Amino acid sequence: MDTLRSFAVILMTSVLVNNYVLSRFLGICPFLGVSKKLNQATGMGAAVIFVMLMATAATWPIQQFLLVPFGLEYMRTIVFILVIAALVQLVEIILKRYIPALHASLGIYLPLITTNCAVLGVTLNNINDGYNFAESMVNSLGVGLGFLLAMVLFAGVRSRLEEANPPKSFEGLPITLVSASIVALSFFGFAGLVDGLFA
Amino acid sequence: MNKLQNLLKGIIKENPVLVLVLGTCPTLAITSSVLNALGMGVAATVVLLCSNMTISALRRVIPDQVRIPCYIVLIAGFVTMVEMVMHAFAPSLYEALGIFLSLIVVNCIILGRAEMYASKHNVLDSAIDAVGMGIGFTLALFVMSSIREIFGNGSWMGLEIPILSDNPISILTLAPGGFFVFGCLIALVNKITKGKAIKKKDFGCAGCPSAKICGKQPSACGEQAAEEKGEDA
Repeated sequence: MDTLRSFAVILMTSVLVNNYVLSRFLGICPFLGVSKKLNQATGMGAAVIFVMLMATAATWPIQQFLLVPFGLEYMRTIVFILVIAALVQLVEIILKRYIPALHASLGIYLPLITTNCAVLGVTLNNINDGYNFAESMVNSLGVGLGFLLAMVLFAGVRSRLEEANPPKSFEGLPITLVSASIVALSFFGFAGLVDGLFA
Repeated sequence: MNKLQNLLKGIIKENPVLVLVLGTCPTLAITSSVLNALGMGVAATVVLLCSNMTISALRRVIPDQVRIPCYIVLIAGFVTMVEMVMHAFAPSLYEALGIFLSLIVVNCIILGRAEMYASKHNVLDSAIDAVGMGIGFTLALFVMSSIREIFGNGSWMGLEIPILSDNPISILTLAPGGFFVFGCLIALVNKITKGKAIKKKDFGCAGCPSAKICGKQPSACGEQAAEEKGEDA
């Protein structure tokens, strides 16, 4: 029960309370760039979840069984970004060859994800927070889901924004950022949720 | 373009944060205090200078197909050095910047300048470009963090400001305030530079390290760029 409970706490925290996009400012570029249309937002979100899980599954063992025993922790940033970049390329090739349907829906977002700081961020944070392998995977899933949630919500806001008529100099990105601020404000309502639910 | 113009363009006309809108993540996350923002700006400038010079010097050696991975390795190497130096000599700043220090690796400004500038120009020009962009980045962070710290916390560089420190608007130092101040600053720059600044749209895909790959496919980014072009016409 205790493990399940800690999983639930991690999941809730990473999806709602510490949402990577809206309260920790990771992955803002795709959040602003790809959230214009709902289907693109969901595609990008799904691809991010996929890559985050793969990246965590690859980097956690590397950290614990390769870098720590040999005292190479300072190489972490280099190794992780390389592993993620290679992994994304590999996944793309495999998907293209064996699961073309999935490649058609996710593939186009994959190259964009290599330089998504949320992916590198979550792998580094899993190590910094001292999670074990299962907890790391749950955390990555939660972060990915949180990213998807933020993207989908914001795509809805943005489609309404198209009709709005902001002052000339606010047109485009500035008004998008101001509305992102309001969406972020709404996520503040979740602070304390985890303590309340699992106390 | 002469050298002075090359240096100055990064500061105003092509300011990486406020005009090109690159590197948004650290801009939003770090700017709740002025000292952290300056630390981040300097760290990113050092990495940018080193990586731009190295990439420019190696531009004939690096094969075209694998240039992005090569750039990433070089940049990650410099980031690790900066990280270790900062850990040794400024531990409190190292703690405050936390994960965003490592994330300089995936900062679009650095990869974007490598791809857009350093891979096509000589070492001196690339170094000047890096310094200009670095100053532009630091300056933008400085302005934004000043606004957020003065009004959000009632202090500036840790010094308390009499009346404001009794009535801080603490939302400004939190996440929503970050988005809000950033949006307002970009709007202000739009207003001031109206028509003079290079349009962000022209840079839409050029600065994106994945542009090569995504240009071939009807990707999200490609579609968006096409849409924006449509709007322009």
